[in-house]
Amino acid sequence: MTDTSRSPGFETRAIHAGTSPDPATGARQTPIYQTTSYVFDSVDHAASLFNLQQLGFIYSRLTNPTVAALEQRLADLEGGVGATVTSSGHAAQLLALFSFMEPGAEIVAARKLYGGSINQMGNSFPRAFGWNTTFVEVDDLDAVRAAITPQTRCLFIESLANPGGVVCDIEALAEVAHDAGIPLIVDNTMATPYLCRPIEHGADIVVVSTTKFLSGNGTSIGGAVIDSGRFDWSADPRFSGLTEPDPGYHGLRFHETFGEMAYTFHGHAVGLRDLGPNQQPLNAFLTLLGIETLALRMDRHVRNAQAVAEFLQAHEQVAWVEYAGLPSSPYYERAKKYTPKGPGAVFTFGVAGGYEMGVKVVENVELLSHLANIGDARSLIIHPASTTHRQLPPESQIAAGAGPDVVRLSIGLETVDDIIADLDQALKRAATEAKAAAE
Amino acid sequence: MNHDSYSEAYIRGILDDVRTIAVVGASADWNRASSFVIKYLSTKGFRLFPVNPKAAAAGQTIAGGTAYASLADIAEPIDLVDIFRNSEAAGQIVDEALALDPPPKAIWMQFNVRNDAAAARAEARGVRVVMNRCPKVEYSRLNGELGWTGVNPGILSSKRRKLPT
Repeated sequence: MTDTSRSPGFETRAIHAGTSPDPATGARQTPIYQTTSYVFDSVDHAASLFNLQQLGFIYSRLTNPTVAALEQRLADLEGGVGATVTSSGHAAQLLALFSFMEPGAEIVAARKLYGGSINQMGNSFPRAFGWNTTFVEVDDLDAVRAAITPQTRCLFIESLANPGGVVCDIEALAEVAHDAGIPLIVDNTMATPYLCRPIEHGADIVVVSTTKFLSGNGTSIGGAVIDSGRFDWSADPRFSGLTEPDPGYHGLRFHETFGEMAYTFHGHAVGLRDLGPNQQPLNAFLTLLGIETLALRMDRHVRNAQAVAEFLQAHEQVAWVEYAGLPSSPYYERAKKYTPKGPGAVFTFGVAGGYEMGVKVVENVELLSHLANIGDARSLIIHPASTTHRQLPPESQIAAGAGPDVVRLSIGLETVDDIIADLDQALKRAATEAKAAAE
Repeated sequence: MNHDSYSEAYIRGILDDVRTIAVVGASADWNRASSFVIKYLSTKGFRLFPVNPKAAAAGQTIAGGTAYASLADIAEPIDLVDIFRNSEAAGQIVDEALALDPPPKAIWMQFNVRNDAAAARAEARGVRVVMNRCPKVEYSRLNGELGWTGVNPGILSSKRRKLPT
């Protein structure tokens, strides 16, 4: 659209951003470019592409037209200058950090984080790469400031924290990070850009698992790193990987050459090239299809989640519900600011009776699916202490919001009365079984 | 003229209207940004004229083109003057460009280069001005190539992409 006096809305961009008709064929839906490589016009053309002097496709580990369409759409929806799409959300986190981390460098991360991220950053990164992570309670800004050292390269949080119920104060944490001269990285998987856009609140980089609400149907593993383009990499020698001559590109300086696009170019030209976690074109296509209906789906996800949370809060077998859409939540007011359309559809509740009851509820559901994912059209249930957070010691489980009695729900798009009826019968059967076992 | 943002039509209009481009402050070092701009635009149907007094005195070529000592040394009409100098130095380059006969159709200042007073002098002569932008980036944004590396071109269209000619 050439009229610059008004900007297109979210729903329009979710359908159109990154996917103009295919210039080669006019195909209206995005073609799946299932190819590994691309021919060069000449040796000089090939050399220019490898030198990054010309823009073009070389090899699908670096760039692919279908994947690039998804990158442009995600960058647009999050309000970034560019995106690097990856094979998974975990790969996105690795890639996001790879551009500026080195042995001995540190990450300060929220303590309430997806259990897999706690493992990745708390165990594997230090062991394999010497990237050390300090986990802090990010509602305590003084604790965050105290955890940042001269070796710290970034602050890492989730906008809505997994396993649920927690909303981070992105603006306050962005200020803390910027005061220390480091970027704020926000995992926006649980909110999606429809509910929350961290870059608008000061985040420098957004990472997402596209596996969840963005693709929406549980078909495709994927991730993305979205850059705001605002962080000044040249302001501090800690980020020299993006500013000093790169020996892998004949002395090219990424920040000088690509300006605000430097981090996105680096993510492809160095990150994807050397780490290798590119996304498959078919997965990118399926995720693009999912995003077309993101706004419609998220509205319903949130509405269903609110109804289920209210139902559970009144249930006699339920000890507590942590959903930021409930006035009883300590995050209720903050959720109105950061997620005005609703605080997502993933939350936790505590079953009266602890670990054994949690296990029984999960085993007795018939409509909800017991599996380790979130953000599917189907409603999902899991008992984190026995699954996603099983590798963590009990005190870390509790700190991460995944204690023994916690059950996590990801509310889907089924008729909400059916979701409620299934949880009701599962809770009642669990209670009956527990009572029988006790007698 | 508002120089904080430019419409797609304004940028496209300039790129469609120019064929010869002088790059003032072009580096003889092949891996600097100015060389990238010359190399890229030369493959898109533009004729590029690097201006660098030291390289010209040494008889060097820059990205395959003869280096000129000044704008005035270029024998043929220049449609676009692209400035790779700092904001202050850009003022004098603009005046040199306006002294050409004929003057250029447009003057372009690269990323982080902005001189509003010089821009006003050019516009008073009917010369269009773009500041704090890169013609390589704008060209590749309009033809879709920039998006190939995940950069958001910010263009929504249900039409098959028309390449800048």
